[in-house]
Amino acid sequence: MAYLLLAAVLIFAVIRPWDLPEAIAAVPAAGIVVFAHLSPWSTVAEEFTELTPTLIFLGAILVLAWTAAEEGVFTYAADLMLRYGMKSGQRLFTLTFVAASLSTAFLSIDATVVLLTPIVISTAVTSNIRPRPFAYACNHLSNSASVLLPVSNLTNLLLFAQLGISFTTFGMIMLGPGLVIIFIEYLALSWFFSNDLHAPVMSRPARASRRPSIPVLAILASTIVGFTSSQFIHVPPAYVALAGALGMTFYRLRRVGPGQRSTTLWSMTRAANPEFLAFVAALSIVVLPLRLGPAGSVLEHHFPAGETLLALVLASGFAALLANVVNNVPAALMLAPIVAHSPPLALAALIGLNVGPNLTYTGSLATLLWRRILDSHDHPADVLVFTRLGLLTVPASLLGGTLALWASLHLLGRI
Amino acid sequence: MRITVWLAPSTWVAGLAPLVNYPDAELTLMCVVDAGVDAAVRGGHTGLLGRGKWGGRPTESTNLVQAAAATELLDEAEMRIGRATTRRILTSDHPEREVVAACADTDLLILARDGDKHRLGPRSLGRATRFVLDHAPCQILLLWPESAPSVATIPPLPTSGRPRKKPHD
Repeated sequence: MAYLLLAAVLIFAVIRPWDLPEAIAAVPAAGIVVFAHLSPWSTVAEEFTELTPTLIFLGAILVLAWTAAEEGVFTYAADLMLRYGMKSGQRLFTLTFVAASLSTAFLSIDATVVLLTPIVISTAVTSNIRPRPFAYACNHLSNSASVLLPVSNLTNLLLFAQLGISFTTFGMIMLGPGLVIIFIEYLALSWFFSNDLHAPVMSRPARASRRPSIPVLAILASTIVGFTSSQFIHVPPAYVALAGALGMTFYRLRRVGPGQRSTTLWSMTRAANPEFLAFVAALSIVVLPLRLGPAGSVLEHHFPAGETLLALVLASGFAALLANVVNNVPAALMLAPIVAHSPPLALAALIGLNVGPNLTYTGSLATLLWRRILDSHDHPADVLVFTRLGLLTVPASLLGGTLALWASLHLLGRI
Repeated sequence: MRITVWLAPSTWVAGLAPLVNYPDAELTLMCVVDAGVDAAVRGGHTGLLGRGKWGGRPTESTNLVQAAAATELLDEAEMRIGRATTRRILTSDHPEREVVAACADTDLLILARDGDKHRLGPRSLGRATRFVLDHAPCQILLLWPESAPSVATIPPLPTSGRPRKKPHD
């Protein structure tokens, strides 16, 4: 029963019939788990209490990213990229790597995919540079650069909540692995698309760029500073993010006339993507009976233990595999309690959960298969190109990233 | 005479130059929109499980952005030529096949090299261009977008080491 519920929730989320929000299936499924007593009440309540700060964190980051886009932060970044990179495809490509890594690290994978990618592509198109390498770079980096900080990916937030390490410690340990993975992606993609990137460029005059307002940049910057100092001021980073999001909301409310305040408030609420938050909450409850049942025990029994280099490599490979069998969000929910006792193992698992989705362009093999079955408009040629690129980067990134993680843990005296 | 010119964003000016030799030709100007870009973008969205329509996901496909740029390019090209042409914008994730198919009823296809412009050799052609060159059902005029690199850019013959195996050995 629990398996069927999870399958139904995931399939609904992939197909999204009539464009309905994914929570439409997930919330009733969670209701069935609760009312059919597939999981004890107390466990559900406990799970929900534990998840709440993570959901606040996620919603706040989404609000920050969304407002940053509305205030022209991404367009400004694209203008800067164009100013310094318009003379050569390779240079614009390098700048795209920097921008996509920063946007993923600080404003999450969602920001890169939804907000940055279209701007980067239109920048390439308008400057007469072939857009394909840029589309693939953004797609890859939204996953692989998301190992850098707890806020970069929902998977990180889910595990971070249980690890008991500070935001700064997470960031310091993952800096090395993140940079190694991004560098591997850079080499692989530059080689793969070398012909496109070295094509002649006929540049156009640069657009006049408009810098985002100082308060917006100040709120973003102080939120980031707040994350890194949260452990010293003893405030959970989720509340720092919330303060940033509220600050941004007040700033925008003050700027608009009284007549528009309700519209602004509504759009800020929409920016937190409440349907998604409901989906995550419901999914975590749907996953509960599996986690506590035989599937959880099998997973726990087979998941690598220990903190040796081999265990870490196996953990990241295992997590990448699991992310491809379902998707990395349910995979993170399943793995969180198993790896929570060991930060090294959890961080290795996160490398797998975040890099693994690059194997296919839809984030997981399962999603890809469903789409192949259901969507005849899919482009088989691109599936092949993307999969070849995935095979080129994913194994190398998993291995390189985990080796760097091991080195970084040793350097910081964490193993 | 029917002439088709394949105009790529960064090399199109070169493709127009030879047209002065064909004042009476029937001209078709052609641009290609790479649909593979859109597939990668949509794939990224699918990977974001559960995010619904956050921030009103861009409904505008990147194909449209590319098509708008192509239209602008065709306008500019037509203005430079100074006479009416037939205009075609092809949208495909297999641009090379579309271009070949579009050449079925043309006498001459004009296109520019779109790869490495600094040295002579096979890398001066992109994958799609090479396919078109190999399969086009018409005469082809292949141009360097700028002045051609010097002959000295061809690497010298290997003088020592193991002799290379010939393909048919």
